Amino acid sequence: MPPLPHKNARRAGVHGASKLERPGMAGRLLEFGEELRGEGVAIGTSELLDAFAALQHVPWTEQVDFREALAATLAKSQDDRRVFELVFDRFFFRAVELAAIEEGVREEGGISPDEAGAMDMEELRRQVAAAVRDGNQALMRDLARLAIAAFGRQGEGSGVIGVDVQRIRRSLALRADAQPDLPPEDPRRDGLPREEIRRFEAMLRQELERGQIERTEQLSPARPLNELDRALPSGPLQDLAAVHRVVAQLKRRLKTQGNEQRGQKRHAAVDMRKTMRASLEFGGVPAVIKEKPIRPRRPEIYVLCDVSTSVTSASVFFLSVLHALHDSFRKMRSFVFIERISEVTEIFAKERDFKAVSEAIGRDSGVADISGYTDYGRVWTEFRELVEDDLHPRATVIVLGDARTNGRDPRADIFAKISAKAGRTFWLNPEPRLYWNYGDSVISAYEQYCDAYECWTTQQLEDFVKALTQPIRR
Amino acid sequence: MPVEPNSVTDVHDGLRATGYLPGESTALVSYLAAKLGKPILVEGPAGVGKTELAKALAKYLGRELVRLQCYEGLDEAKALYEWNYRKQLLRIQAERQGTGWDDVQDDIFGEEFLLSRPLMQAIASEQPVVLLIDEIDKTDQEFEAMLLEVLSDFQISIPELGTVKSKSHPVVLLTSNNTRELTEALKRRCLYLWLDYPELEHELEIVRLHTPDLPEAVGRKLVEVVAMVRDLDLKKPPSIAESIDWARALLLLGAQDIDTKMFNDTISVIVKHRTDLDIVTERVGVKLNAPASS
Ligand SMILES: Nc1ncnc2c1ncn2[C@@H]1O[C@H](COP(=O)(O)OP(=O)(O)OP(=O)(O)O)[C@@H](O)[C@H]1O
Ligand SMILES: [Mg+2]
Repeated sequence: MPPLPHKNARRAGVHGASKLERPGMAGRLLEFGEELRGEGVAIGTSELLDAFAALQHVPWTEQVDFREALAATLAKSQDDRRVFELVFDRFFFRAVELAAIEEGVREEGGISPDEAGAMDMEELRRQVAAAVRDGNQALMRDLARLAIAAFGRQGEGSGVIGVDVQRIRRSLALRADAQPDLPPEDPRRDGLPREEIRRFEAMLRQELERGQIERTEQLSPARPLNELDRALPSGPLQDLAAVHRVVAQLKRRLKTQGNEQRGQKRHAAVDMRKTMRASLEFGGVPAVIKEKPIRPRRPEIYVLCDVSTSVTSASVFFLSVLHALHDSFRKMRSFVFIERISEVTEIFAKERDFKAVSEAIGRDSGVADISGYTDYGRVWTEFRELVEDDLHPRATVIVLGDARTNGRDPRADIFAKISAKAGRTFWLNPEPRLYWNYGDSVISAYEQYCDAYECWTTQQLEDFVKALTQPIRR
Repeated sequence: MPVEPNSVTDVHDGLRATGYLPGESTALVSYLAAKLGKPILVEGPAGVGKTELAKALAKYLGRELVRLQCYEGLDEAKALYEWNYRKQLLRIQAERQGTGWDDVQDDIFGEEFLLSRPLMQAIASEQPVVLLIDEIDKTDQEFEAMLLEVLSDFQISIPELGTVKSKSHPVVLLTSNNTRELTEALKRRCLYLWLDYPELEHELEIVRLHTPDLPEAVGRKLVEVVAMVRDLDLKKPPSIAESIDWARALLLLGAQDIDTKMFNDTISVIVKHRTDLDIVTERVGVKLNAPASS
């Protein structure tokens, strides 16, 4: 049997490359350049010529060299590099897959899905966590397959690879932050390396893609990178920059819009009666204007943020949004939740720095993350207990979450009560509308009581901000 | 003795031999630069070894390092060449009697009166050099355009003297700390190398190289703590240089462990800003062991 091309992700390019020799490297490289352009990387002829020239000097059998030579000549900023990475994997991975299909190679060996049946989820979680901690690539790949099989038994896939990857990762409870409640021998206790979690996600993606290909015996049509992949990048560290850019825009916008409104509101109301009385001293000329005392106002914005996807882009994105909102609206209380709710207003008041905030939230907020599953019913109940007396018709409630209940009761009735007491209720869902109410998403149950927004791109965020900064008409 | 690399591995080993431990793509991009004759644009945070790479390359290739440190307001006179007016003036005065202007003019615009600045030096050098143009992002776009011209033709024309063509092709490195976006044209001309903070094991190796006598456990703890500190988003996160300084300090103090006391005593080696210090003490200090009571 020929060696299996996908056994080792690092070697994917080798096969891709040697495969490329036949139709002509030039042609393939042009195609690759074309795909990069399609993703917005500015590539000119000179870059392509350089890439050719560079490939004359590196052995294509070294996948890292092959990739780095192309990267050095084609991707000239960190942003470009990120896109390059995604396109490279897609492009050359597909080449490998095509070769495998042509040759009728089928996956054999590894751990079969049947074996997966015999394994219990908790054991699988531990094994995956240990492999991720150790950065054991081969084992990670086998386990990725196993996890997909195990996941497949638990419920149906969403049919959307990006969504499935996140769900599997979530069900495996792979997190970069420490989980001090776990027993000392648990590899997840001290948090897992981000980089490796990301690698594992990439493997899940490849394996899922492969499964799809094997099922259909043909490659799925080349699609432009799912915008989701780019808008909400999955690796918080380097992609934080991208999120920050979005949020910086958001902040500016909130600031100007917020000020406009604050400006309008700043004029304290004149207390006519007092002014008239004071004017008596001056022969009826209202020389002293008496203003009504400004009553201390109750918080006007309440934000609830789902952090169950703690290492995924979505919560980084949301936390950034939360952070930006805190910077711009003084009267605000915020809460994070997974299974239970926890108020984090104080943390935002103390910390101005985003990274510190997210760490503080991860570490100190004491979010009761027992199973890693969101329990919306419980969250609504607790939220109501906490703010019942404070909610008022001028208040805005914003929920950031995917409305995936993991099969638990959505308790839309309690949500309805909250929404009834507040002036406005918004919901920001990080999933494309296409996936709403699919699988365990119950957004429709809540949508009747709030304005739900799709929110996974800058544009969508801006649209929402526009709506948010509209004055409440009541 | 000039060295001609024959493979990526050559460069990799050669750089290591000079005491520079290259990351995954550093050797490869350097090798390509030598083979393709293209400049490398090196970007990355402060203190990750951008400048050091140029020095190491020069050492490995057996070439002289010519360095142009950029700053705001840097102009051609400081980067290319300048006429030595003082010397010219002296000559004119010395020759005042009897000599015609034409003769004097021929004379004073000769190489003898030319002050070569780094770019000129690199171009005119008999032996191939490594040219380091450090912190290019500090200059303005006009300067960049001039540089672009020099880098594409490898020649400089001096109106009074003619064109100086490069006799040997320099290896060129441009570094940028990303304070401004460089022009597309310049990027187009360069190979791109992003240097980031090294991975844990890589940094440990660098630290070991600089302080071989530091106990293994201390070295490991050090790079772990540094990684934690970098995660804090400080004004000035510690760079490799700070890791090395810290290692030296710990070695001097004979540290056997980085406990809270040792940490508090030495933390100012890696973190310098007042506010940064507070954050680090609060966030990282508490995670360390209390000193073993003796
Ligand atoms: N890969 C490496 N191997 C060995 N030493 C290194 C390496 N990288 C960095 N160093 C050490 O780190 C120190 C700082 O590197 P250097 O001054 O080159 O950084 P830089 O990126 O040019 O920083 P800046 O942006 O501040 O100019 C060097 O003096 C060197 O001792
Ligand atoms: Mg430097």
